[in-house]
Amino acid sequence: MKHKVTRAAGTGFTHLVLGGYTLLALFPILLVIINSVKSKDGIFDSPLSLPTAETWSLVGFEKVLAKSPFIHFFGNSLTVTLVSLVLILVLGAMAAWALSEYRFRGSKLLAIYMAFGIMVPIRLGTVSILELVVKLELTNTLTALILVYVAQGLPLAIMILGEFIQQVPKELKEAARCDGVGEFKIFFQIILPLIRPAVATVAVFTMVPIWNDLWFPLILAPGEETQTVTLGVQQFIGQYVTDWNAVLASLSLAVLPVLVMYVFASRQLIRGITAGAVK
Amino acid sequence: MSQVALKNLTKSYDGKNNVLSGINLDIQDGEFVVLVGPSGCGKSTLLRMLSGLESISGGDLEIDHARVNELPPAERGIAMVFQSYALYPHMNVYKNMAFGLKIAGAKKDEIDRRIRHAAGILKIDHLLERLPRELSGGQRQRVAIGRAIVREPKLFLFDEPLSNLDAALRVQTRLEIAKLHKDLAATIVYVTHDQVEAMTLGDKIVVMHDGHIQQAGSPLELYQQPANLFVATFIGSPKMNLIDGIVTEASATGVAVKVAGDQIVRTEVDGSGIAVGDKVSVGIRSEHLWEGDAGSERFHGKVNLVEHLGEANYLYLTLENGQDVVVRGDGERAVHIGDTIALSAPAAAFHVFNRDGLALRRLKPGNMVAARHRVTA
Ligand SMILES: Nc1ncnc2c1ncn2[C@@H]1O[C@H](COP(=O)(O)OP(=O)(O)O)[C@@H](O)[C@H]1O
Ligand SMILES: [Mg+2]
Repeated sequence: MKHKVTRAAGTGFTHLVLGGYTLLALFPILLVIINSVKSKDGIFDSPLSLPTAETWSLVGFEKVLAKSPFIHFFGNSLTVTLVSLVLILVLGAMAAWALSEYRFRGSKLLAIYMAFGIMVPIRLGTVSILELVVKLELTNTLTALILVYVAQGLPLAIMILGEFIQQVPKELKEAARCDGVGEFKIFFQIILPLIRPAVATVAVFTMVPIWNDLWFPLILAPGEETQTVTLGVQQFIGQYVTDWNAVLASLSLAVLPVLVMYVFASRQLIRGITAGAVK
Repeated sequence: MSQVALKNLTKSYDGKNNVLSGINLDIQDGEFVVLVGPSGCGKSTLLRMLSGLESISGGDLEIDHARVNELPPAERGIAMVFQSYALYPHMNVYKNMAFGLKIAGAKKDEIDRRIRHAAGILKIDHLLERLPRELSGGQRQRVAIGRAIVREPKLFLFDEPLSNLDAALRVQTRLEIAKLHKDLAATIVYVTHDQVEAMTLGDKIVVMHDGHIQQAGSPLELYQQPANLFVATFIGSPKMNLIDGIVTEASATGVAVKVAGDQIVRTEVDGSGIAVGDKVSVGIRSEHLWEGDAGSERFHGKVNLVEHLGEANYLYLTLENGQDVVVRGDGERAVHIGDTIALSAPAAAFHVFNRDGLALRRLKPGNMVAARHRVTA
């Protein structure tokens, strides 16, 4: 009896903590979304209240969507993020497979080199990266951003995917080899489907920092043509006047892709995160 | 039609220590060969060398008189059934079986025909749409075998396929594999650590120990003429009783051995290779030590423990001379702990092993039960 009570109290406490944390995490996002559909006066008079009939206004969205190249920025962000993501996942999974499955000269060294990439933040190399990009004449191109993001995302992707690939039973690969399946087919038709949860996890974890990044777009591709959303939003933030309607509206829009991604990947994501824990 | 020859095969994982060495073996077309031995003796390694999944460090492997040392698994015409079944978890049963054929470029209707045929043999027709995780252990086992059958290989390789099944299913599946072997006229190499499985399935049993083949032969040969102490104690249950002694007489027609308590045991083995005074081990199987005095060599023993199996009792006894032995007694006779009983065995039933553990040839192996009836009649 007593046991039951303490257990209930325990779960209650856990939920309290988790719920509290969720509120804390969601609060700023909620605030942004609420205020994005209010008029300027509404935002400043009572920033915490929900929009009323009086303060309801979509002026921010109108400005962002109709009177600025936001859609174009959005497209840039999407291109950069998606292309980087696909490259990271495909190359990362293949590298992880090679590093965990084959023993070749320097395979250990290569693995350590990749692990280094996790420990050293890529921004430390910004100056050399900039020099490199200038030399390659890639400034103000999305290609430059994509290349940098792929380099940034690969190490962690390789490590996480490698961990999962090692958990795929050896016999499966051997059965496939007996079946005469080529190494590429083994990878794409047997290994990849089995590590889908891990791929989803890596996808989310690599996508968010790329989507949110301000640093490299600012340095490598600040031109009007190649601005990403995070950079584009800055034009509404002036030194003297900030167009809060527009800022909040564009931020609300910018959350969307990440949200969509989470919704699609969440089931796989949870399986990926808990894979080791529940066995 | 497939013949496999292993010629002086060796395997080393680290380039220094041999896990397997001096492996010579001929496998005839349609033969059921069982590799048996304790865990870690190299059975799986040898099987994987046959399959091509493991490289061959030395020697030659020939399938149908062609050297295949360097061929990849798919080109050797083998199919392997793994202990863990290794079914592709994300494909249903049909696709699991079709995958290899599709890769090999077989036509769709040919694939379908073969799968239906194999599924019919294995009675898994109704499972074709299921995923592996929706199957019981026994069903997965069948699918794994089915996946091997559809490829119509020259050589089937099984690595401990029954060890994940429960006891009842194991016996049933064992029978089915034996039947399959007959129906398909397939050549099979089968790995197990279980000597009963080996004895019941194999045309030829290869007993392995420490990376060497100890003996290869038919089940009866291994039982009647074990080549050395290892095979003698490995084959047969309970283990063969061993009694140390010293040779007092040795000739081509028999050997007499003085064992503890100064008792002389007469044995009918070819003693031409040993001399009086040599140390030897005398072996006698528990089923050849009879209750009563029907045999010529007689002992008395005190019962320490009785295991009732129904049709038989295993009696754990200490002989007068202090030697512990196991006797397979009549299961329906009441025996109590502490009883002293008379035992005997015919001279022909004994095995004798020289100092190096090698067996001397028995002169009259076999027909022990008939011998007993003859004597008692
Ligand atoms: N991949 C490997 N690398 C190094 N040693 C191995 C490897 N696989 C097996 N061995 C060693 O080879 C020996 C035989 O193993 P194995 O063939 O699996 O035995 P069995 O199947 O008879 O139990 C063991 O001592 C084992 O430790
Ligand atoms: Mg094994």
